[in-house]
Amino acid sequence: MPLILEPNFREQGKRYFRDFSPGDDFYQLLVDTHRDLTDEQSAMVNAKLILILSNHVGDIAVLREAMALARADAETN
Amino acid sequence: MHSTYNYKKFPYSPPPELKSGATQRHPLIVIGCGPVGLAAAIDARQHGIPVLLLDDDDTVSVGSRGLCYAKRTLEVLDRLGCGDPVAAKGVSWDVGRTFFRDDEVFNFNLRPQTGSKRPGMVNLQQYYLEDYMVQRALEAGVNFRWKNKVVAVTPQHDHVQLQVETPDGVYVLEADWLIVCDGARSPVRTMLGLDIDGKVFMDRFLIADVLMKADFPAERWFWFDPPFHPNQSVLLHREADDVYRIDFQLGWDADPEEEKKPENVIPRIKAMLGDDREFSLEWVSVYTFQCRRMNEFRHGRCLFAGDVAHQVSPFGARGANSGIQDADNLIWKLKLVMDDKAPLRLLDSYSDERGFGADENILNSTRSTDFITPKGKVSQTFRNAVLELSRTLPFARKLVNSGRLSVPSYLTDSVLNTPDSEAFDGDMVPGAPMEDAPVLLDGQPAWLMDQLGGRFQALVFCDDPASVSETMQRQLLALAAAEVPVEPLIIARKTGKCQLKLVVDQEGLAFSRYDARPNTLYLARPDQHVAARWREAKVSHIVAAVTRATANFSEE
Repeated sequence: MPLILEPNFREQGKRYFRDFSPGDDFYQLLVDTHRDLTDEQSAMVNAKLILILSNHVGDIAVLREAMALARADAETN
Repeated sequence: MHSTYNYKKFPYSPPPELKSGATQRHPLIVIGCGPVGLAAAIDARQHGIPVLLLDDDDTVSVGSRGLCYAKRTLEVLDRLGCGDPVAAKGVSWDVGRTFFRDDEVFNFNLRPQTGSKRPGMVNLQQYYLEDYMVQRALEAGVNFRWKNKVVAVTPQHDHVQLQVETPDGVYVLEADWLIVCDGARSPVRTMLGLDIDGKVFMDRFLIADVLMKADFPAERWFWFDPPFHPNQSVLLHREADDVYRIDFQLGWDADPEEEKKPENVIPRIKAMLGDDREFSLEWVSVYTFQCRRMNEFRHGRCLFAGDVAHQVSPFGARGANSGIQDADNLIWKLKLVMDDKAPLRLLDSYSDERGFGADENILNSTRSTDFITPKGKVSQTFRNAVLELSRTLPFARKLVNSGRLSVPSYLTDSVLNTPDSEAFDGDMVPGAPMEDAPVLLDGQPAWLMDQLGGRFQALVFCDDPASVSETMQRQLLALAAAEVPVEPLIIARKTGKCQLKLVVDQEGLAFSRYDARPNTLYLARPDQHVAARWREAKVSHIVAAVTRATANFSEE
């Protein structure tokens, strides 16, 4: 499956009437996951999260593409 | 300041009770003459309820304060008879642009679909809105008492007693029902010892209303971390009379008194404009905000609406917009209860439905605040990463949250809904705020929303109005004369002979938005929400659903 770049968040059993709601649900979950952690603890959580999700995706071609997108402009910012 | 608007003083006259000493009982007293109290008072008059409206001042909102009025609010104002002046004077807009540092990262359109009477938003200074609403309220027969300040409230078993202070002394009033709309710092809520719980956000914002000739389009512009105001956000809106609203995030440590001084405000605006154009300040204020709500919006015969009951951050314009929807939800229910056609439980559904709306507003505005003002380094990094990616990646654009602009709630969990028993596509579920559509009325272009509201209505969809049988027409007409009247409205694909009120859905938008087929039936609530729908138009369906929508069902 190719890398999905269109909005793709949803939760089973939930009906959304506003297109921003599933993304906002996700973003709150992400920020809440880091609540009350130190910067070092957060960096570790992020690293673990990337590893877990990468394994879930599995397809290394897709991961390669995602990593390239994430790294683009990294040195200019 | 304020070169563009002349504050009217509304006339105070000594209340007759002061001379007579007699205490009069009023069916309904509304406290607070802001947009919410005015909406409640006008709607009550439209339902034939006599209204006494008390305000401790004698003019409209000082400073422009509330600014953006959403499509749903405009529809309510249309129903209340004051949508046109607001739409005509205000600046209509649908497009918002988001900037990060030097560049625009993306833009959005609030009204992706055309075919509705009102735009996504209208920007208008609050004093104009109140001015138009006062004029409309006077026409509708609202009894105003300016400079009447409530100083004590005593709930009784079957009424509420008020002590009211005027320039000529204190007197007593009694009300069968009291609607409290005296704002965020509500003195009445405090007098009654009622709590409101939530949290304060540790940030300060500077609002400047600036009069200038500029060629900024009628759009909402939001900057994250712009070069002219680094590490903070800035929001620009266009208002009526060549006035622009600029909102600068200042941070918690800013000194509000210092920041308000013109010598400190002017350089910030100059840096933003980036040129030497002339401007003048209409109004400046520094604010903080809270997100909080009362647990219950009904306490006996006291009903709470607007900021007194719930407050949100300003990102998303969910304050005045939700307050006006409170009034929209409340008055038809109150009228039925006053007329003994519905039990008190119907008023509890006001608290439940608008409490649900308040929770949704608090959730959305809190999320916006967390995005705009990230707490901690990791949140800031995620926020900036989303903004970086939003330049090119569609999924990231959806995550950018500079305020989720006010939209009405889908009251899908309301006890007043009759659940679907047949399959429908689309969003017009029981509890949904109804969608507008262009129609023909007597051969002339009209809007569906303008035909709805103020009473229950049965919407019968058909190809040809002649296909609605004589028996059905007679039964529908009988419903219009029932204890809780239900007015029929035929929505046909083509015109034809019909003794019932008929609109023609020439463009097919009403059919598609309501996923209608010939013989589909919708029951609309007086506040333009769907109560129930069926594939087969049957009068027995309507009777049962009205019973439920008026809370006349037996306790479960």
